[in-house]
Order: sequence, then C-alpha cells, then structure tokens
Amino acid sequence: MTPQSKILDQENIRRAMMRIAHEIVEKNKGTDSLCLIGIRTRGAILAERLKECIKTVEGKAVPVGILDITLYRDDLSVVAQQPVVHETLIDFDLTGKKVILVDDVLYTGRTIRAALDALIDLGRPASIQLAVLIDRGHRELPIRADYVGKNIPTSLDENVKVILSESDSTEDEVMVKKAGA
Amino acid sequence: MEWKRRDLLDLQSLDKEEIELILETAKSFRQVSTRDVKKVPALRGKTVALLFYEASTRTRVSFELAAKRLSADVVNIASSSSSSTKGESILDTALNLEAMNVDMIVVRHYSSGVPYVLSKNLKAAIINAGDGCREHPTQGLLDIFTVQEKLGSVKGRNITIVGDVLHSRVARSNIFGFKKLGANVTVCGPSTLMPRCVKELGVEVSYDLEASMKKSDCVIVLRLQKERQQEVFLPSLREYARLFGLSQSKLDKASKDLLIMHPGPTNRGVEIGADVADGCQSVILEQVTNGLAIRMAVLYLLLGTKELQ
Repeated sequence: MTPQSKILDQENIRRAMMRIAHEIVEKNKGTDSLCLIGIRTRGAILAERLKECIKTVEGKAVPVGILDITLYRDDLSVVAQQPVVHETLIDFDLTGKKVILVDDVLYTGRTIRAALDALIDLGRPASIQLAVLIDRGHRELPIRADYVGKNIPTSLDENVKVILSESDSTEDEVMVKKAGA
Repeated sequence: MEWKRRDLLDLQSLDKEEIELILETAKSFRQVSTRDVKKVPALRGKTVALLFYEASTRTRVSFELAAKRLSADVVNIASSSSSSTKGESILDTALNLEAMNVDMIVVRHYSSGVPYVLSKNLKAAIINAGDGCREHPTQGLLDIFTVQEKLGSVKGRNITIVGDVLHSRVARSNIFGFKKLGANVTVCGPSTLMPRCVKELGVEVSYDLEASMKKSDCVIVLRLQKERQQEVFLPSLREYARLFGLSQSKLDKASKDLLIMHPGPTNRGVEIGADVADGCQSVILEQVTNGLAIRMAVLYLLLGTKELQ
C-alpha cells in the first residue's frame, strides 16, 4: 500500500478549473451580477484563478473577494487555542449578487456552513453556489457542491493535501495520504 | 505565535510577540464594526461582566460593544449601585459573579493591583481596564495600534508623553508597550508630576514641551487627573496650561506631520487646546474607533485559552 499518492497534477488542476469556469458561465447564462468569494487561504487562490479562467471564456472580469470564516467556526469553544483571525476582504456589496463560493476541499461541510453564515451577515445575495476543487465525501451537514473539480472517495484516516504554487511555492498538486504517513 | 495567557493584567509582563499578535488580530476585527450587521458569533454563549469601581464612558462602552459584537452576553456592575455600598469587598463580589459562571471579568478600580488579586483567586479570565495609578493595558495597545496605523511603524519612532505622568496609568502602559516595540519614549511635565525614578523605565525626561515636540513623531497628551491630586502639585491651572498645555501656537512651531493623541476625557483649555483637539493633526476619535477593535481582539484571544488553566 502506498502511503501517499498523487491524484492531480498541475495540468489536471488547470483543466478542472477551466471546466468549472465554463460550467459557471453556462449555468448563470453569462457573468451578469456574478462574483467569486474565496475562503482563506487556498479557496482565495482558486477564486483568483477562476476569475482568470472566466475572463478567458467570456472576456469579462468578475469581482473577487476573500472570506475569513474563523469567527463563524462552530468549534471555537472546543479547540484549546484560538485560531488566528485574518481579514475578510470584500470591497463590493453582496446584495443581489450571484455568489460563487470557492474552496479547495469539501469534507464535513462545516467550513461551508460557517461561510454561508458569514456571507449572509455581509449582505443578501441573490444566490450562493459552491465550487470546490476536491470533494472527498464524509459530509456531516446537508451541503453539496454545484461545481466539483474531482470527486475523490477517501477513508476517514486519509488526508487530502492541496498544494498550490501561490501559497506553497512549489508546483501544483493534490495528494492523498494515510494519516501519520 | 500562540496566545497562552488567561488574563490581561498589564503590558509590563507581555513580550513583543504577544503585543504584536494582539495588534495583528485587531486589524481583522476592525472590519466587523464597519458592516451593516455588526456582529459575529465567535463568543456566543460566553458571559462577560464589567466591574467598574470608577467612572468611565469610553472604556466601559468600548468593552461592552466589543463583547456584544462578538455575541457574548454582558452584565454591567457599577460600584455606586452594587452591594459594595453595603460594604461587600470586591473579591466577594467577583466570587459571586463567578458562582454564576461568568467567563470573564473586566475590572476597573481606583486601587493599583486589584486585577492581580482577582486573577489569583478566580478561574474566570480577568482584564485590567485601569487599576489606580498602575496600568491601563488596552489603552496602551490602542495607542500603539493608532501610531502603527498612522505612521506605518512603531520601531524607531519618537513618542512624547506629556502631562500628569505621576498619576497616569495610561503613561505607564504606553511606556512599557512602546519601549517593547522599539520606540523612543520621552516623558514631559512639571517636576512635581514626574515619578521619581521614571528614568529607570528607559525613558528620557524633559521639562520643555516645545523642545520635545520638535523631535517627536507623536505626542500623547495626558489628562490632568484632578481627582487623584490630593496634595497641591501645581501653582495654578493657568500656569500648567501655559507651560504644558498643547496649544495651537506650540503646535505651529512643530512639524506639520506631528500626530496628536489623547486618551480622553479631555480638559479642553488645560492640557490641550480645543482647536488642537479638533484639528487635523489630532487622531483622538480614531483612537476610540481603534480601541473597540483592540478590545475585541483581547476578548477573543483570552476566551480561547480557557482550557489551558
């Protein structure tokens, strides 16, 4: 059994993002009142990339914001150490917008639950859709993604690691490894 | 950097990294107060008691709003309407609050050291909101935050603190905080209001405000604390205003970029001229805005370390 296996490489990730961009534009019939909100940290990077992909597809730039969900986590009273809070950077009004929420891995759904609460405190979007690079299953809440780069069936003792050149200064890849490996 | 303290009692015992963590966290909290929905659920279900044995508007409201904007529940206890008028000691009052499972107590008291006594005897987190003539850590933090925001950095900056240094807990917190972040601090005021061994805190002492202003990036004007001056420290208020009051004519001789701060409340015409307080170099109201973000950051960090006791 290999302790660690590569699921996606740089080219796979690029193609997946491009496909998602096409799907977003198709489903929303263009880019009118569309905006991308990335969840810190890797969701924000992917949102920037999606913006470029949408620009290639439609020739139009859509606004991008960064959401920090720390203050909306449901485990703040459980964890021993307060997680570091970062700024939410959204410099446009969300009211009436079609929001595409972007994250790297969809797992329990708790991050997305927190993000939905955070978004609704910031305004009243017309709709919120979810785009993720990886869906690894094991949902604990009734949440699903509208756009998925790749579905990866995993077991609970595996970790999915998304590496992106912007934050990790090494070539993009997605790895799955056994916990402790 | 991880936050490990249960209480915030002073800046004297914090290290540079801890102060920087609070400042960094505060930056993220500023945004919450500018939104339509000025509330996040981070401290949902926690209870914060404000125990104030001394008059306060700014600090008390600031702590109350900070706690409420983090979704904590707040109880306010003012000494004048509490059982302390029947002779109950502050420790007993605090123990009773704890018996009702209060998670945090924010305390202001006219005696130095009260927050330490509470911290030793209680499991609840304690925040010092000003103890006698000792420290007022959140004021120190918000002053540093304001300088950092306005001037870009604190290290190497020249800060002058002018006025009633002897009775000022703000001055002490500012001295400890600014020194730790590498600023040069000068204290200025009449010799009767200068603590005897103040130089041992690593500050310069000046008795000439205009000269100090010329080499400063920021002047923090202290309130003349008439309520703490039982003896006669000054010949007259007029003389004090003439020598150590920050008037427009003194400001005209200094750099146009000099930052003017005051912890409030101001005695206009005594330690600061009305035109200076309202002028374009004054950031007094921005200090108040920043104070809220600092207090949100402190509440957030402290209530997260509950498990570590």
